[in-house]
Amino acid sequence: MNLSREWLNEFVKVDASAKEFAEAMTLSGSKVETTTDLGAEISNVVVGRILSMERHPDSDHMWVCQLDVGKDEPVQIVTGAWNIHVGDLVPVALHNSTLPGGVKITKGKLRGVPSNGMLCSLKELGLDERDFPYGVITAAALLNDYHPIDPAKPSIPADIKPGGKIFGPVVCAEVLEDGWPQPDGHVHTCLMVTDYTVLPNTNCANLHTGDLVAYNTKTNTICTLADLHAEQKEFPHCIPDGIFVLQEECKPGDDIKSVVGLDDQVVEFEITPNRPDCLSVIGLAREAAATFHAPLFLHTPVVKGGAEGVLTELLDVETPAADLVPRYTARMVRNVKIAPSPKWMRRRLRAMGVRPINNIVDITNYVMLEYGQPMHAFDYRYVKGGKIIVRRAQEGEKLTTLDGKEHTLNANHLVIADETRAVGLAGIMGSLNSEIVADTADVVFESACFDGTCIRKGALALGMRTEASAKFEKGLDPMNTLPAVDRACELVEMLGAGEVVDGVIDILNHVPDPTVLTVEPDKINALLGTDISGAEMFKIFEMLEFTNPDDVTDESLKSFPVTVPSYRGDVKRMADLAEEVARFYGYNNIPTTLMRGQTTQGGWSPAQQVENSLGAVCRACGYDEIITYSFISPTYYDKIRMPEDSLDRKSFKILNPLGEDTSIMRTTTLPSMLEILTRNYNYRNKAAKLYELGRIYHMGGENGLAVESKVLTLGAYGPDMDFYAMKGTVQAILDDLRASDIHFEPCTDNPSYHPGRCAWVYAGSDIVGVFGQIHPLVAQNYGVDAPFCCAELSFDELMLAKGADPEYVPLPKFPSVTRDIAVVCDEATTVGALEEAIRKGAKGLLKEVSLFDIYRGKGIAEGKKSVAFNLILRSDDRSLTAEEADEDVKSILETLKRDLDAVLR
Amino acid sequence: MKEQLAKIKAEALSALEKAADSAALDELRVKYLGKKGELTAVLKQMGSLSPEERPKMGALVNEVKANLESALTQQSKRLEAAALEAKLKLEAVDVTVPGKEPKLGHKHPMYVALDEIKEIFIGMGFTVLDGPEIELGELNFDRLNAEPGHPSRDWSDTFYFDQDERVMLRSQTSPMQVRAMDSMELPIRIIAPGRVYRKDEVDATHSPMFHQVEGMVIDKGVTMADLKGTLNLVMEKLYGKGTVTRFRPHHFPFTEPSCEMDVQCHKCGSVGCPTCKGEGWIEVLGAGMIHPRVLEMAGIDPDVYSGWAFGMGLERMAMRRFKIADLRLIFENDVRFLEQF
Repeated sequence: MNLSREWLNEFVKVDASAKEFAEAMTLSGSKVETTTDLGAEISNVVVGRILSMERHPDSDHMWVCQLDVGKDEPVQIVTGAWNIHVGDLVPVALHNSTLPGGVKITKGKLRGVPSNGMLCSLKELGLDERDFPYGVITAAALLNDYHPIDPAKPSIPADIKPGGKIFGPVVCAEVLEDGWPQPDGHVHTCLMVTDYTVLPNTNCANLHTGDLVAYNTKTNTICTLADLHAEQKEFPHCIPDGIFVLQEECKPGDDIKSVVGLDDQVVEFEITPNRPDCLSVIGLAREAAATFHAPLFLHTPVVKGGAEGVLTELLDVETPAADLVPRYTARMVRNVKIAPSPKWMRRRLRAMGVRPINNIVDITNYVMLEYGQPMHAFDYRYVKGGKIIVRRAQEGEKLTTLDGKEHTLNANHLVIADETRAVGLAGIMGSLNSEIVADTADVVFESACFDGTCIRKGALALGMRTEASAKFEKGLDPMNTLPAVDRACELVEMLGAGEVVDGVIDILNHVPDPTVLTVEPDKINALLGTDISGAEMFKIFEMLEFTNPDDVTDESLKSFPVTVPSYRGDVKRMADLAEEVARFYGYNNIPTTLMRGQTTQGGWSPAQQVENSLGAVCRACGYDEIITYSFISPTYYDKIRMPEDSLDRKSFKILNPLGEDTSIMRTTTLPSMLEILTRNYNYRNKAAKLYELGRIYHMGGENGLAVESKVLTLGAYGPDMDFYAMKGTVQAILDDLRASDIHFEPCTDNPSYHPGRCAWVYAGSDIVGVFGQIHPLVAQNYGVDAPFCCAELSFDELMLAKGADPEYVPLPKFPSVTRDIAVVCDEATTVGALEEAIRKGAKGLLKEVSLFDIYRGKGIAEGKKSVAFNLILRSDDRSLTAEEADEDVKSILETLKRDLDAVLR
Repeated sequence: MKEQLAKIKAEALSALEKAADSAALDELRVKYLGKKGELTAVLKQMGSLSPEERPKMGALVNEVKANLESALTQQSKRLEAAALEAKLKLEAVDVTVPGKEPKLGHKHPMYVALDEIKEIFIGMGFTVLDGPEIELGELNFDRLNAEPGHPSRDWSDTFYFDQDERVMLRSQTSPMQVRAMDSMELPIRIIAPGRVYRKDEVDATHSPMFHQVEGMVIDKGVTMADLKGTLNLVMEKLYGKGTVTRFRPHHFPFTEPSCEMDVQCHKCGSVGCPTCKGEGWIEVLGAGMIHPRVLEMAGIDPDVYSGWAFGMGLERMAMRRFKIADLRLIFENDVRFLEQF
C-alpha cells in the first residue's frame, strides 16, 4: 500500500521527517518498507518565462531564448523545440541540475552559442500527458522543415511560396504571428495565403512568424503530418513532443517540483492481511493519528444532487445471491462530461501509483484509495432495462472484461448483470460492454460489499487478481459503502463532471451488529506482563475510537466497555484488545522477564542422540554433511535404473509443483546424493566424501500422510575411494553404534549398484542397508565416468542395531600365542567363509582372526588364491604352551580343508 | 712402583681424555685395566713387595684403578651424549613440510547454526521435537487459526497433494505447535526445527525448501514480557552480549498479540546500510502470544494457561552468521564451500 504524505496531511497533520514517520508507524504496527521522494531525482529545475526568442544563426530549427528564472539577470538557453513562444512559462533545468534517470544538465555551447541549461518536456520530468493532459502537443508540418524522401522528386517544391498549391484544397501559407495558445487548447495565429489572410482553426503549438505551413482552405485548418499523409522522416522536427508549457499558477524561479506535484513523499507500507482497513488513506490516517497523538480530521461527504429524474424509476437493483452480497449501494450521475480530472486529483493518484484516465474513472480510483472501498462506474445506457442484478453466473456464461479478455464463467462467479447479460465481474473487474467512454452521459456508481471468499476464489479461478479483488477478499467493512458512494458523487459535483440524481439505492442483506467487548486491564496486564493503568488503556481506546468519552468514570476503569468500529473486524476478543494496548503503549516498553514456573527437563531424545553421534562419526571418517531437496523429478528413478514395477516409484506427487524437477517426494535418497556427487565431480573437485541424514517419503502413513523415514546416505569418489573404503566407513559407523552380529552379503540384483561390488549390511537377520560402487550405467546416466561409491543405511535399523552401553572386560592376564596361516582355496571361496571356518574349527582358544594377505599368481594354480590370516590364541586362566596352540591350529586347518577344501600353502 | 703407578695414571687419564669414540675407549680400557693391561702388570709385581708394603701398594693400585674406571665411565658418557647429539642432528626434520593430516568431515553450516540454537534452548529446559513434513492442511492452517481464504493457503504459495487441500507440504514448522499441544503434558517448552516448503522460485534469497525453527512455551502465567526476555537472551547468546533488539507489531493468525523481532544491524548500528537495506535493523523472527483460539482448539483453557511461540528462518540466520551472500550455495553442496565451516 502506497501512501502520499500530502494526501495523508488532509486528514492528520504529521510533521515528522521521513525517517521518524517510518519508524513510528512501523513500531505501532504499520510496517514501512520504503519512503520515496517523488522528485528525488530532480534538482535545480525552476519555472522560467520566455522573454525573447531569436533564431539560431547556424541552425534551421534552433532557437536562442532569453528566460526570466526569477534572478536579476535573464538566462540564455538554446532549444530545438518549436512549440514555445514569448511569454510561455516553461520548466528550466539550470546549469548543474539533475533530471530523472540520472540525467545531469550543465552549461555548454550549441553550435557555437552558449546555452546555460535546458528547457524540459513532460517526459524529461518523468511525467506524461496523462499527468498533464494539456501538455499534449499537436505539431503542424512546417514546410521549412520538409526533407523529400527522393531529393530528385520532391512532393513539395523547395521554392514554394504562399499560395502555392500542394494538393487539392491544401496550399502553402505563411505564419504572420507567433501562435498564441488559448486556455481551451486552441492556438491563435494568422496566416497569409497569397494576397489574403486567414485566422485558422488549429491546435498546433509550433507556429512562429515566418514559418510556412500547409493550409487546408476547405477546413480552415493547418495540416499535421497525418493530414499530409507524410512520413516522419519527411518532417523530422514535426514530433508530438516539445517543451512542457505550464498552465499552472506559478512564477519564474519557483521550484518545478512543487509546481507539478513532485514535492511529495510516498510511503510504502506492508499491510498485514488482518488490516484491510489500512489499505486506504483514511485507514492509515487513523493509525497515524493514534501513533502521533494528533487530531484526525475526517470529512462527511455532502452531495447537492438535484439531477433530473427519480432514482428508483431509473434504476432497480436486485441481489438474488444475497448471501454473497452483504451490502450493495449505488447512486447515479447524469449529463456526465468526460474530461481530464484536475491537477490535485491527478497528482494524488499518480503519487499512489495509479495512472489518471478521465474524471469519472479517476473518481472511482480516488475513492478506492481514500476510503479503501472499491468502486465501479457503469455506463447507464448499457444497463438494459435500468435493472442491475447481482447474481451467480450461469454455467458457461461469457464475459469480456475491461482488459479485453474473454472469460467463461460458472456458478461460483458473481456477476453484475442487467436483464439480458452480465456487465461486470463483481468485485473483480468491469466489462467492456459497459465501460465509461468519451460520450458516456449517465453513470451508475456501484459501491458494494461482496463475500470475500467468493471474490477470492473467482479471481483465483480466472487468474485475475485485481486491486479491487485483493481488497474484497480480505473482507471489507459493509459500513463503508455509503460514505464512499457519497464521496464519489460529491467529487463529481466538485469537478463539474455531471449532475447527481437524488437518493441512494442501498440494499443491506447482512450487516453485522457492532462488536462490544469489555476491557479488563488486569487481564491485559497479565498477558502482556505489564502494569499499565486502566486510564492509560482507556486513552488508547479513545484514540482508536473504540470508546465514547461520555460513558466512563474513573471508578469504572477497572473494567470498561468498548465498541469495536465496523472497520476493525480483526478485533474480536481480549487478546486482540491486548494487542491494541501493546501497540500504542509500545512493544519496546513492555518489560523483559525470564520464564518462571515449573522447570522442565529439556534435552535430546534417544533418536536425536543417535543422529548426533552418526553425524560425528561420519565427519570423523572425513565425510562432509550436505542438505538436498526432498522433492525430485520422477525421471530420477529412471536415472538410478529403478525397476518399472518397483513400489518405490509410488511417490507423493505435488499437484502444483514449481517444476518437474521438484514435483514428487523422494522414496530414495540415492538420486539426491548422486546429483551432488556429480555436481562436485563436474566442478572438478578431486575428491568428495558426503553424507546426509535425510528423509524419504512413502505412502501409507497415518491419516493419509507419509511414512517419513530417515536414511543415512554416504557418497564418495576420489583417489582413495573404492568398495572397501566405503565398507570401512560403514563398519566404523556400526562399530561406533556398538552394533553386534554385523555381516555383509553380496548384493547382485540392486540395479543402481555394480552387481559385483555391492553388499547388503545385516545386523543379525535385519538388513540395515546397502552400499557399494554405483553401476556404470547409472554413472553414465549422470554423465560421469568415475566409480562413485554410495551407502544407504536405514536410520530406524541403525537405531535397532545400536548396542548396549559398554561394560568393562578385564584385560588379559596371560600372554597370547600368534600363528600365521596361509591357505590355498578356490577363487570363489570368500574370505568371510574362510573366517567362519576358522572360528568354527578353533577349540576355544582363538581370540582374534585377521586377514593380512590375498595372493594370486606365481606358485598358485589358476582359479585358486592364497589367503593368509593372523590368528591370536589365548587362554584366560593360564599361559598357553606351543603344543596347545598348535592343536587348535591343526583343528582349524582340518576344518578349512574339510569344509572349504582350503589347504595349507 | 709408586712412580710407575703415577706414570700409568697420568698417561691413562690423558689418553682417556683424548679418546674420540667408544672403540678408542675400549682399547684404553684393555690397555690399562684389561687382564693383560698395565695396571694388572703392576699388580703382578706385588709379590716382590714386603708384607708391610703390600697393603699400602694394594690400596694405591686400587685407588688408581678406581680413578681410571671413573674417568672411563665419565668419558664414555660424554662420548655417548656427543654421539646422540650428532645423531639427533642428522634426524632433524623440516617442520614446515605439511603434516599428515587426517581428512575430517565438516558439518553443514546450516546445521552448525541450528545446533547452536538447539543448545541454547536445551539449556533453558526445552525439548527438541521432530515431526512430519507431509502434513495435514488442518494442522498447518485450520488448527492455527488460518481460516479458509487466508492468503498463505493459495496454491501459488503452498504445495498440495490433493485438490481438497487435505494433505500438503508444511509451509511452516508451526503445525508442530499443534502436535505438541495434542501429545504433551503441560507445561510445554519445545523447539521444533525442520524443513518447510513454499512455492518460491530459487534465487539468491529464496528456495522452495528451507528450514525453520519453531519454539513454544505454554504454562500458567506466561507473559509477553517473558517472550521478550527469553528471545533477547537467545539473541545475546547467538550474536553476543549487548546485542540490541526491537519488537514490532505484526500479524500471524495463530498469535495475538503478534510481533516481529529485529536485531540492530551489526554493520551500521541502526543508521542504515546495504546490509540492512537501509532500515538499520534486520528482521530475525516472528513471534507472539499463542492465540486463545489455538489453545481452545487444542483443549487448553486460555483463561488458565497462556503461552508464547516463535518461528525463525534458519537459512537467513546461518547466512548472516557466516556471511554467506547467496542462498543457493547452501543447497549446492560444493565441497569447496562445505569445507570452509
